[in-house]
Formats: sequence, structure tokens, C-alpha cells
Amino acid sequence: MHASTQQGGGTGHLVNIDAVMQQVAEHKGCGTTGGSGKASCGSSAGQNDLPPEIWEKVKNHPCYSEEAHHHYARMHVAVAPACNIQCNYCNRKYDCANESRPGVVSERLTPEQAARKVLAVASTIPQMTVLGIAGPGDPLANPAKTFKTFELIAQTAPDIKLCLSTNGLALPDYVDEIARYNIDHVTITINMVDPEIGAKIYPWVFWEHKRYTGVEAARLLTERQLRGLEMLTERGILCKVNSVMIPGVNDQHLVEVNRAVKSRGAFLHNIMPLISAPEHGTVFGLTGQRGPTAQELKALQDACEGEMNMMRHCRQCRADAVGLLGEDRSAEFTTEKIMEMEVNYDLEGRKAYQALVEEERVAKVAAKVEELAGLDGADADISLLVAVATKGSGLINEHFGHAKEFQVYELSAKGAKFVGHRRVDLYCQGGYGDEDSLATVIRAINDCHAVFVAKIGGCPKADLTAAGIEPVEQYAHEFIEKSAIAWFKNYLAKVASGAVTHAPRGDAAIRQGALIVAA
Amino acid sequence: MAFKIVASQCTSCSACEAECPNVAISEKGGTFVINPKKCTECIGYFDVPQCVAVCPVDNTCVIDNAYPRYQAAR
Ligand code: SF4
Ligand code: SF4
Ligand code: SF4
Repeated sequence: MHASTQQGGGTGHLVNIDAVMQQVAEHKGCGTTGGSGKASCGSSAGQNDLPPEIWEKVKNHPCYSEEAHHHYARMHVAVAPACNIQCNYCNRKYDCANESRPGVVSERLTPEQAARKVLAVASTIPQMTVLGIAGPGDPLANPAKTFKTFELIAQTAPDIKLCLSTNGLALPDYVDEIARYNIDHVTITINMVDPEIGAKIYPWVFWEHKRYTGVEAARLLTERQLRGLEMLTERGILCKVNSVMIPGVNDQHLVEVNRAVKSRGAFLHNIMPLISAPEHGTVFGLTGQRGPTAQELKALQDACEGEMNMMRHCRQCRADAVGLLGEDRSAEFTTEKIMEMEVNYDLEGRKAYQALVEEERVAKVAAKVEELAGLDGADADISLLVAVATKGSGLINEHFGHAKEFQVYELSAKGAKFVGHRRVDLYCQGGYGDEDSLATVIRAINDCHAVFVAKIGGCPKADLTAAGIEPVEQYAHEFIEKSAIAWFKNYLAKVASGAVTHAPRGDAAIRQGALIVAA
Repeated sequence: MAFKIVASQCTSCSACEAECPNVAISEKGGTFVINPKKCTECIGYFDVPQCVAVCPVDNTCVIDNAYPRYQAAR
């Protein structure tokens, strides 16, 4: 058992990264390398390390495969409003905060409307390959609506993968049903395996006609979550685990959660930042519980990575999200509009389109491999982050001012690795003064050495440079990883020649608001 | 007495609807309402009123004093 009592409670408490690292080191049985904050052992597992049958299942999944999320789209339908637990970071006026950003409201649909919407979207967006039910409450607290929706979609669009996300309380009761509907991906949000910690996150759960509170509630929840996870993996159903990182509450403990879920067969662990602001009206928002900074989040993700695959591209999208990457096209598919649309489900056309996408993706991987050559001799001590503005397809193809988010890659002698994304939500559009919003963008990518864009205006260029972030336009419309590695080689050469001095950068902020759809 | 739902607080999450043993709860104009003729305060079914126990907003499912206390049939 870890001494969670060492942590201070709640507000304004700083995450002790060293303590997290130490804990990781303990359970890996080796020491840390100090300064860099990197564990000195444990291989860094990527998606290539997954067993082939699992890789086959996830490679086209825009939520689970960081490679596929550039090329394929997913959608969620909000058919499940009820929930059976209460989380301190959730305000039930809004969508389930386990799967969505807090403070967003999705349009609720009946199963029939949802099925129609899925067909309409899949006919318009051929990259749409995954349909998820994640809320706005808990899908398994609304079993009739959830499974009816799956049934209707499976009948008309058999090529679409089905997935569902749950808090896990009701999971053991529905494992057979999940298997019957051929649902191959289930996400369980597990924030703790220690009921004492759970009591700080969950005020109550509703189970078998009773409301349980405190440690008893958390014990019930963790037992049912872990049992559900075991039952699913026994049946060969893919399970991902989501955890919300709450500084001072469960941050160190998530290392233990990571171990617990890995040993029960979860294939991916996604640690998400707590998003917390008073205006969300959540318990944590009102008590001033803060979320982690970008570096705190990355340190914890790095710490768990040697143990299992980490997912870093989750963007906590809405329960009715539609689209690719950070994009949300749900405004095009309101109930009113889909009821009028002529829907013609073209299974063959979709297959042909997806074959093209596969080719594109293979080309991207080949380009990266080519550029990697010659990096092996690189200075092993230098690793840095760069931000990329992209619209998808693995290309640097977004204008700086239009980017709603930046993809962040870590560059080192090992190559380019995707480590996360930073939301910035349209700094040049509405709501903000331009000055302020540029400062917001800079804060969000403040830990990066460079930002790769398709194009950038003169003013932001000067401000970025002044902030020590190099704007890079030279690789516009080229492959991200290949370009990033090329830039990094050049950077290393400049360091070697003394033209620039390599210096680490500071921390960055995680955006707190809900995704604003530019309608 | 029957229970009632304070409409201004109801999030329309529908959680209570499925739990009510008497099918007394239904959606009406965007929020949920309890039919006082059907509500038995869960007497005869459960120790606690189910709508109260499952509702995510405290003090939303409350006793309606306009009705006499429910008497279980003997
Ligand atoms: S499980 Fe989701 S909907 Fe339910 S209380 Fe937690 S965050 Fe909210
Ligand atoms: S108290 Fe019981 S019977 Fe009455 S509305 Fe609530 S759940 Fe239904
Ligand atoms: S459980 Fe509460 S919030 Fe949800 S529909 Fe019923 S009364 Fe409204």
C-alpha cells in the first residue's frame, strides 16, 4: 500500500514529481536518473509493442491508436442521460466528465434518432469508423437505450466498430450483453484502487436500490470496476482504462492504478488531466481543486509508460462529438438536419475510401523511417518538445491562427514521439481579444522549442520568437514526423557548432474550458 | 404524501424514471414529474425512496405536503 497520507489535501497542492518518480522506480525495482525526471529503465512501449491481434483491432480506431487518429473519425451519440454514481468533478447538468470536457451539453437522442444520425454521418464522412456511447451519463445506467442503439446500428452499418465507456459500477452485470452485441472496445474510468482515496473523489454510488457513501461507496465501485475489467478481458474484449489525474488526491496513486489495471488485462491506459473551474459548478471546481500542468501530466504518463501503453491523444471530446482530431462537426448533424437528410449508406464506397487512407498512412510511416536514418549518432542527452498545427492525415497543414489545438511531439535520438496535444480553441476567433489569446496559445505550448505550422502571420511570429518558441513554416504540407526529425537534426547540428545553446524550457498550462464549436 | 420533483433543479437525466417501482415518473415538457396518484413513497418496495437516492441533485425529489402520507394497504 502506498502512503497516500503523505500527500497534502486538496487545494493548490503541488504535485511532487520526484515522489511520483520514486514510486515508479520502487515498483520497477530500479533507481531514477535524477535531474531529467526519466526513469532509467523500463522500455518505452509504443503501439508497435502490442500483440498483433490487439494491434489489428486498434489500428483503425481513432480514439485508441495515435497513428489512426490522424486519419479516421469517430462519433459519439448521447443516448444515455442517467448515471448511477456521483463524481466530484462532474456537474450533472452537463455531460459525463469522464469522457467529455466538463461543462458541455450534448443533444440527447433516442436510439432511433441516434441510429439515423450515425448513418447520416457515416455517409457524409467516409473516415467515420467508430461509434461510441459515452454519455451524457453512464451508458450502463441506461442499458435499454444503449443496447437498442447498438442493435440498430449493427443492422444497417455492420462495418462500424462499436464502443462504450462506463464508470464500471454496473459493468459486471452487462458483460454478456456487451459480448453479444459484438462490442470490441470498452473504456472504464478508474481513478483509484484504494477506497480511502476513492472517498475523496466519489461522494456516493447508487447500487441495488441503495445509495452508499464514503469509503463503502468507493470500495463497492473499485471492486465492481476491477471485476468488470477482468470479466471483459477474459472474453477477449478490448479494455482501455481512463484515469483523471487530480493533483494531491490520486496523482501518485495512479501509478498503482496503472499496475492494477495492467495486471487485469487492460491494453491501454489514458491519464487525463482534471479540468476544473468554479463556473463548472462541480465540487472540485468550487473547492478550488486545481488540475495538473502539462509537465506534471507528462511526467506521470512517462512514469506509467514503461508499464504499459499510454494513450496521449485523448481530447476529452463531447458526448455527441463528430469528427477527426480536435474537430467537432456535430453542428452539421443536429436532429433537425439529419431527419431531413437523404441517407444512402454506401458500404463499398466507404471501403474504397478507407483503402486510400491506408495507403496514405503507409506512406507517412515510410517517410519517417527514411528520415530517421542518420539520427542514431545524435546527442542522447538532448530531448525537447515541438508543437504542430495539423488538420489531419499526418501533415503539417494548419494555419497557426486557425489551430484549435497543437499536437506535441518529443524529439530525441530515438526519433519523434507523439506525447500529447494542447487545446487552444481558435485564438483568432471570437470571445477573446487577439492579444490575450495569443498569450493563451503561448502558455499552452510554453514547454515547446518550436511550433510547426502551414502558415503564420507576422505578429504572432514575432511574439513566439520573443517567447523563445521558434515558428517553423518551412515544412508546410509535409509529413509531421519526417519534418520534425529533419528540423531536429538541423537543431542538433547548430548546437554542436555552437550556433545555439540548448536550454530546457518551462511548464505549460492545460486549457480549462469546454470545446467551443465555431458554428 | 407523495414525492414531487422540483422542476427548476431537475437536470432531466431520467435516472429516477427507471428506478421508480410504481412507474410514477415520466418526462413532461423537458423535465421529469411524479404522478402523485401512483407514488407510494416506495413503501412496500424499498427502504428509501428510489428517486431521492438516485437523483444527482440534492433536494430535487422532495416530499409533497399537498398530499396525505401514503398508507400501505393492509
Ligand atoms: S460517471 Fe460520468 S456522468 Fe456519472 S457522475 Fe461521474 S463524471 Fe458524471
Ligand atoms: S418515492 Fe418511490 S414511488 Fe414515489 S416517485 Fe419516488 S421512486 Fe417512485
Ligand atoms: S433523477 Fe433528479 S435530475 Fe434526474 S430526472 Fe429525476 S428528478 Fe430530474
